Amino acid sequence: MGQVIKDSPAGEPRFKARGVDKHFGPVQALTQVDLDLYAGQVTALCGDNGAGKSVLTKCIAGIYEIDHGQFFWEGNPVHIRAPRDAARLGIETVYQDLALADNLDIVQNMFLGRERLRNGLLNEDDMERAASKTLADLRVTTVRSIRQPVASLSGGQRQSVAVAKAVMWNSKLVMLDEPTAALGVVQTKQVLDLIRRLRDRGLAVMVISHNLNDVFEVADRIAVVHLGRMVTQGRATDFDRQTVVDYMTTGASSRAGQRAEGNGAKSGAR
Amino acid sequence: MEQRVARAEAPERAPDPTAAATIDVPPELVAQSLGEWLRAWLTRIRSGDSGVLPVILALLIITIVFQAISPHNVFLSAGNLVNLFQQSAVFIVLAMGEIFVILLGEIDLSIGYAGGVGAAVTVQLVQPATAKWPWWAAIIAGLAVCVVIGAVQGSLVTRLRLSSLIVTLAGLLIWQGTMLIILGLAFSGYPSLAGLDSNRQVIYNLMNGTIDPTISWIGAAIVVIAIGALLWFGDNHRRRSGLVAPPVSLTVIKIAMIAIVAIAVVAICNVNRAAFGTLAGVPWVIPIVLGVYFAWMMVLQRTKFGRYVYAIGGNPEAARRAGINLAAVRTLCFVICTFTAGIGLLLYASYLGGMSGNVNGGQLVLYAIASVVLAGTSLFGGRGKVLHAILGGLVIGGIYNGMGLLGLDVRWQFIVTGLVLLVAITIDSLSRRSATSGSAARV
Repeated sequence: MGQVIKDSPAGEPRFKARGVDKHFGPVQALTQVDLDLYAGQVTALCGDNGAGKSVLTKCIAGIYEIDHGQFFWEGNPVHIRAPRDAARLGIETVYQDLALADNLDIVQNMFLGRERLRNGLLNEDDMERAASKTLADLRVTTVRSIRQPVASLSGGQRQSVAVAKAVMWNSKLVMLDEPTAALGVVQTKQVLDLIRRLRDRGLAVMVISHNLNDVFEVADRIAVVHLGRMVTQGRATDFDRQTVVDYMTTGASSRAGQRAEGNGAKSGAR
Repeated sequence: MEQRVARAEAPERAPDPTAAATIDVPPELVAQSLGEWLRAWLTRIRSGDSGVLPVILALLIITIVFQAISPHNVFLSAGNLVNLFQQSAVFIVLAMGEIFVILLGEIDLSIGYAGGVGAAVTVQLVQPATAKWPWWAAIIAGLAVCVVIGAVQGSLVTRLRLSSLIVTLAGLLIWQGTMLIILGLAFSGYPSLAGLDSNRQVIYNLMNGTIDPTISWIGAAIVVIAIGALLWFGDNHRRRSGLVAPPVSLTVIKIAMIAIVAIAVVAICNVNRAAFGTLAGVPWVIPIVLGVYFAWMMVLQRTKFGRYVYAIGGNPEAARRAGINLAAVRTLCFVICTFTAGIGLLLYASYLGGMSGNVNGGQLVLYAIASVVLAGTSLFGGRGKVLHAILGGLVIGGIYNGMGLLGLDVRWQFIVTGLVLLVAITIDSLSRRSATSGSAARV
């Protein structure tokens, strides 16, 4: 199989994928992929362009249906065939383009598609209270007014609003696609802090990232895909930069094998 | 293998659009006092986002110019102002329909004649010599025809993904022909609304009938008190709950302005404007226009559907991912647009005292589009208010009316209206461009 799942935290993962295949016509995008995502842990999904990170994410989000394999949610087998199946389980995705309507304000964006009503009309007061509570819980405090249009926000603020939108629905697993790709240093820090707060609230978080600085900054676990296969996953402390790069580029790392099989010993590479 | 996998994922890597865009926050959101609000408002105007200020200035300029140059300074006479309200009403109602489609980033060029078909049906159905339908049934039938037309055109645009410009351009021709056919039925001349039978009179009075002056005052008072109370208690409630709300003084000023406008309109309409005998009171068309305004304003600002219209205009992809049924919302917008146009053309028929094959639906729809764009609604979708239809419609109505007073014929009206539209969108686009470059410089 070549699937290496290194030592995992105690207990059942919140989300498990086993033997997932996905092809598009003749193109095999995912081959026998296993993935574990744990509650209260940030898992970084790494891989080179075209390795299959986004396909895997979209399969979990229900945008693509998998060909073979099985998903497990809190230990139980589940089928995710459409985005609403994922939403029902509590899986939310923040895509790279964020999917915010610039002309709407923060509250309107956070509730888009799930507006609260009173007597058939929008219950703005209720929505505004709930939105501002969520933002306060996540300590997103830099916005001047919760009623300002999203067009007037900075990149980091927009990312924060998109994340807040995703976690507002009692979500249990949040997947973030390249959350810091377009951000400056300060804003990247804001977003990474936000990701840590999601973890501290007990959510399972998966971050897709190219940026190894961010990965080592925030991830508890690292999973690497290469050419559609999951080549390694395990505790972030069992990796260093070079091993991750090796896995991303060649699908293997001589040094990492030595470390992982050496039972997490702090010796070894470097 | 590597290549194939790469191809599978390639389309998903989109450029990131989250680069910071700084636009000044609307003043009413951050101001704690009137002074702060005014300062924020001025900053915002200087940065290029001027809201409805230009259209109000345009209204003032039109008033001053035409008052100065119209023969015997008749522009501001009560009789002419009431006439101006009536002429503008047609543009305003058409514009209030068009705005639903424009907010989506689409356009509907057909509404002048699509509404004309509805009005022609209504007028034919109340003719005592032939159909003899009661007025209300005839109106329902005419508007129902408009709903069907809107549903057909809307479905073509949303389900078959045809361009709304082309579909409604075809509609413009098709419905003009249809209108002429309906008007030609059973009569050598065109059907008229002049006559003493009650059914035709009711429709004639939609535009021309007046409400008794005393009742006009009472009605206006009730409307102002109701709106004032809603605004006051709504804002107060939000302030007490710690939600975003304008300062108290701003709420008071808003209510005062509504009261002043209401008093001015009723006072003007209650002047006796007849050369012989008496003709005074608010024409029925004003409450009709306000009714349509209030209904569509509530739909756009306070319902899920309205929220989705803005969302689709702003970012269709975000709306789709939020689970919104785009096709249904868009089709309904086309239906509302044509339905409202039916009301507009019914008012026009009432104004003309009958329906005629000379009704220029192509010109009417351009005036309607000009009205909303003049007042700041974006043709790219996602930005605009129903109020824009009223303010812009008054500007277009003012130009139309004033040039008529000057004795300039329709040729010059076309040219001047076209120029006004051109100037309006130029100013709008230039000010927005300077706003974005200004903010980029500030970052």
